[in-house]
Amino acid sequence: MKFIRVKAIAKKELIQIWRDPLSLAMAFLMPVMLLFIFGYAITLDVNNLKTVVYDLDKSSLSRELVDSFRASGNFEVVGNIHEQKEIDSYLDSGKAFVVISIPKDFSEKLKTGRDTSLQVIVDGSDSNTATIALGYISAITDMYSQRIKGVRITPLIDPRVRVWYNPELKSRNFIIPGLIAVIMAVITALLTSLTIAREWERGTMEQLISTPVKVPELILGKLIPYFFIGFIDVIFSVLLAVFLFEVPLRGSPLLLMLLSSIFLFGGLSLGILISIVAKSQLVASQISMIATFLPAFLLSGFMYSISNMPKALQIFTLAIPSRYFVTMLKGIFLKGSTLKLLLFETMLLSAFGLFVFAVANKKFRKKVI
Amino acid sequence: MMRSSIAVKVRGLTKRFGDFVAVDNIDLSIKKGEIFGFLGPNGAGKSTTIKMLCGLLLPTGGTGTVGGFDIMKQSEEIKKNIGYMSQKFSLYDDLTVEENIHFFSGIYGVTNSRKKERLGWVLEMAGLQDKRKAVTKTLPGGFKQRLALGCAILHEPPIVFLDEPTSGVDPISRRNFWNLINEMSKAEITIFVTTHYMDEADYCNRLALIYRGKVIAEGTPNELKQKYMTRYVLEVEVDKVVEAMEVMYKNGIETAIFGSLLHATVDNMEKAIPRIKNLLEESNIPLNRIERIVPSLEDVFVALIEVS
Repeated sequence: MKFIRVKAIAKKELIQIWRDPLSLAMAFLMPVMLLFIFGYAITLDVNNLKTVVYDLDKSSLSRELVDSFRASGNFEVVGNIHEQKEIDSYLDSGKAFVVISIPKDFSEKLKTGRDTSLQVIVDGSDSNTATIALGYISAITDMYSQRIKGVRITPLIDPRVRVWYNPELKSRNFIIPGLIAVIMAVITALLTSLTIAREWERGTMEQLISTPVKVPELILGKLIPYFFIGFIDVIFSVLLAVFLFEVPLRGSPLLLMLLSSIFLFGGLSLGILISIVAKSQLVASQISMIATFLPAFLLSGFMYSISNMPKALQIFTLAIPSRYFVTMLKGIFLKGSTLKLLLFETMLLSAFGLFVFAVANKKFRKKVI
Repeated sequence: MMRSSIAVKVRGLTKRFGDFVAVDNIDLSIKKGEIFGFLGPNGAGKSTTIKMLCGLLLPTGGTGTVGGFDIMKQSEEIKKNIGYMSQKFSLYDDLTVEENIHFFSGIYGVTNSRKKERLGWVLEMAGLQDKRKAVTKTLPGGFKQRLALGCAILHEPPIVFLDEPTSGVDPISRRNFWNLINEMSKAEITIFVTTHYMDEADYCNRLALIYRGKVIAEGTPNELKQKYMTRYVLEVEVDKVVEAMEVMYKNGIETAIFGSLLHATVDNMEKAIPRIKNLLEESNIPLNRIERIVPSLEDVFVALIEVS
């Protein structure tokens, strides 16, 4: 391994990126843009749920309860009903998502200091939203009963959940760190997937492989500039996460950078490997999109919890590098995880990077065919 | 190992792509300091051969050495000792002249003091002193060609392979290019050059003609002319070139078009001249001139192809 050759390649690659507006945009603009778009678009918070009220009590206390639902911003009261059978038509037609039914003796029981209950019907066809709505409902009723002389109102469903790490249950807090992992998985592979293929397409590779340059020198030389680009992208993303999306960064920024470097190495090596195998920029970029985006989005634990997946799929996720990076970022951001806690992820992510780098070296042959 | 005077030696070199035999069992032997021309039409197997010699393509069969290293097993050793200029311009056209030279200096491990000297040499050789900051893609073809040559020999390799270095370059640049090659040869550098321009063959010390993957003739330009042209070449000037050629060809006279002229290859000049005159007259094709000429290498090549 000669340093002078690695340096020559890295420098050349950097000049080429610098002169190509498209490469520059892809390197620096794309990750920030994706973070913006997805960061704002993907939200699991639920607002303005259409709600109808079936108030049999018709007292000032029951109206106060309805007001506190309204005031939360999560529920929008779209109507009042007066008969039991109307509930069905509201829910079936989708005019309402939630029905709050207040019993006749509601205020009477409260005044005499007895427990009372509230019937809440939630449209369960969108189970995700329903679950979230239930969380809101229990929070609102809890607060309400505390306000009214410390009397408890028990909704029919009483999930006693305590939320850790993200107590305000802001979905953005756990989406953004995972999103950074997904975006970086795509960007790293995409960036390097073009470099080798481009040289084959332009014919410059033929000249390059007629020289005494060694394969690891070539690959390393090509990785270095993209490594720094990736590093800058991570810093950008983290700054955006903290200052724009206001996600708390509870762990060590240094650790975050260290682990990101390991991830970058693996992701960039994967792009190089794809580029070596594909030999065409179009094919290489498509393969790298498919090979990184889908697994990172669906199987990394970013959107769907890995522990809920079928066993076979769970095992499969072990081969997906973004899985480890998602855990690392969520851990460092929200839990303030230390290296010790992330040791398993760190080891497997390093192993992935070294393996892919080795395969890329093996696959690259200094021959034209 | 004794320092041999042979730079390149191969026996039975063969390359197959599936059923297609691109290079068919060729033998070559090139002395140090020689300008060796490898001539043939497009698709004859020139580039395939040159790539096998440079270690860019693994031969299907054959044995041999380039610079003393085995072509089958030591392609990376070979790459340290050669300069290769591919058929297509293959420098980085989004880099400047100087950046390209710096890049290849780094790749070939040409270090600081030597690097500066070589940079100056390439710029001067290619006539690019005042264009060193120009982005390569803006350069005219001839400059690109010389820059590519310069980058390929930055490390002063003893053997240089040039694959159609003059294709697509204007005639004046072509001549300059051959002057450069001549100078390199004087410095004991072995040059293996392919071309499909027959008129360039006379610049070479020795030649091999390749056709459909086979070497069909080999020797110095003069040897080739004498050895393979035992017959006579007649230059025929007519207005209706195509019609005249058809008539002559139908009557069994080997004829080829050379620009606006016809060249007929015959065994017996005394009998052939009146016969051609008669044939043309019968077909109402006026004959302006017919005379014997010294065969060019192109005639040799056409004659050889007719035979094979």
